[in-house]
Amino acid sequence: MMDALPPRQLSAPPAPARPARFETWIALPLRLAWRQLRFEKARLLAAIAGVLFACVLVFMQLGFRSALFDSATALLSAMRAELFLINPLTTASFRPEPIPRIRAHQALALPEVAQSVPVYMAQASWRNPVDGSRRAIQLIGFDVEARAMQFTGLEALTDSLKRADAVAFDRRSRPEFGPVADLLREGGGSLRVQVANRLVDVVGLVDIGPSFGADGNLVLSETNFRRLLPDRLPSNTDLVAIRLAPGADVAAAQRRLREILPPDVTVLTQAELVAWERRYWEEATPIGFIFGFGSVMGLIVGMVIVYQILFSDVANHLREYATLKAIGYSDGRLSRVVLGAAMLLAVLGFVPGALLSWYLYGVVGEATFLPLAMDIGRLLGVFGMIFGMCAAAGLLAMRKLRDADPADMF
Amino acid sequence: MPMPVEISGLRYAYGQGELRRPVLRGVDLSVAPGEILLLTGPSGSGKTTLLTLIGALRAMQEGSARVLGVELNGADEKTRVALRRRIGFIFQNHNLLGFLTARQNVAMALETDAALPERERLRRAGELLAAVGLAEHADKLPAKLSGGQRQRVAVARALAADPGLVLADEPTAALDRQSGFEVVHLLRDLAKSRGVPILMVTHDPRILDIADRVVAMEDGRITA
Repeated sequence: MMDALPPRQLSAPPAPARPARFETWIALPLRLAWRQLRFEKARLLAAIAGVLFACVLVFMQLGFRSALFDSATALLSAMRAELFLINPLTTASFRPEPIPRIRAHQALALPEVAQSVPVYMAQASWRNPVDGSRRAIQLIGFDVEARAMQFTGLEALTDSLKRADAVAFDRRSRPEFGPVADLLREGGGSLRVQVANRLVDVVGLVDIGPSFGADGNLVLSETNFRRLLPDRLPSNTDLVAIRLAPGADVAAAQRRLREILPPDVTVLTQAELVAWERRYWEEATPIGFIFGFGSVMGLIVGMVIVYQILFSDVANHLREYATLKAIGYSDGRLSRVVLGAAMLLAVLGFVPGALLSWYLYGVVGEATFLPLAMDIGRLLGVFGMIFGMCAAAGLLAMRKLRDADPADMF
Repeated sequence: MPMPVEISGLRYAYGQGELRRPVLRGVDLSVAPGEILLLTGPSGSGKTTLLTLIGALRAMQEGSARVLGVELNGADEKTRVALRRRIGFIFQNHNLLGFLTARQNVAMALETDAALPERERLRRAGELLAAVGLAEHADKLPAKLSGGQRQRVAVARALAADPGLVLADEPTAALDRQSGFEVVHLLRDLAKSRGVPILMVTHDPRILDIADRVVAMEDGRITA
């Protein structure tokens, strides 16, 4: 046995090179962490499942949240105007406070205002042409010739919408309104439907999309809007879309409109109008909060699971960790092993979690008609959150390392 | 030539105030280069505390202890961690990492040396395992080894980083007579051939024959 003895190395070791520093700092602790994780497969799978669960939960919550905001503002984003007049008391576009229609004409006093289009918004009951059930639908009435809206399909319908009782149906409305597109095709481009207890003609389809405030939309002329809702005062409108002459300064025009118009209307740019609507959903309803809360809950559950796994890994190997401390491993290095395990779990859970969420976005988006889409910003954001969640769990579990006292080993 | 271990007037107590319990009451001890020193004595005599102080696993209180040329009184954590890398430890239990093979466990002791490439670490670990007679078992997990074999892996690990001193605490306590005998003789032979001094705490009268010198402790003092 003595023959195999290696010679004792007497020369001092050379100074550590740069790559070796990287090795001891990250690569070796990470490898040790991976070997430890890999050793207990069932536990590793449980940890990955925990991270994956948190990941999917956060992705879905954030997806719903942004789908809500996107769909709630889709109608306003589709308007082709630079400035808008609304009642300062209006909280959301599906529930507008009226403003005097005369303000639209007053705005025309400014030379840079090219067009000033009153927009009427209300909800009315739509009777499903197949089963007769009633459901509230959003009516959007305006001068269809003014081209203040850019819904896909609207331009081709400009003339037909001028006929009495003609409406355009939003093809992306929820299916509970009936198979309108199919019926319209069968009827040769015409379909009679009862809206607000009056028979109207669906003359075509446009693309808007449902929102949390409205399940479906109907576009119609100002005159037809009044026919449907005769109780509404003709002197009141809900929103005024103002188009400026080409090259006009939007901010200056906004300032001048504020000067000449009484304070019963507020003048907003399109970005401000969208933000106004968004703020309602974010702050004045519990919905924005609920999704944020759901995300946080997902992260907390994930963190607890990861913490449990890491903690028991440290607790079960306390003697071994203490031994490593005794043979010269610093606290910092062992902390990096625990943190390394947390980082590995973050990556291993995030990748399948993101793929699964992507798939679920497709499935859920189809079922709810909400615009759920994965984008790079959200991918990075959620990865950051999952990484942070695992790091927090790792930092908590690291405290257990203090119990590994090498002096107790003897 | 300076002594690997030089201790004088070492005192140590656990607890504070009324609960203060002195364990070491003025210990003077030195270990010569290449010497194998056995420390015996009843439980509670302070042997283990002395070993943990020499091993820089505990902060000192009173007295002086120079280990491998480093004064430990007042030494900070960083100094102590650095010193521990130059000491080989063997515990009552093998304390091997269960998820690493024998070779990887031995190589762990070399990972604190950043200058050594991975291949060199594994090669040296293999050599040491061969030296303790475990060449064929190098790639087994500790769970697949017998108690004596595991303790031999621990011996290889303790010697892997070319320590200037080996500290052992009852390395035979968990082993049967034959395995215990083999392990301590192996340890003695390896240490002698490299000139590494060993300080070993033991209750086991069967292994006293490997010692160059036996020191007895009682009640926090060296008695013989």
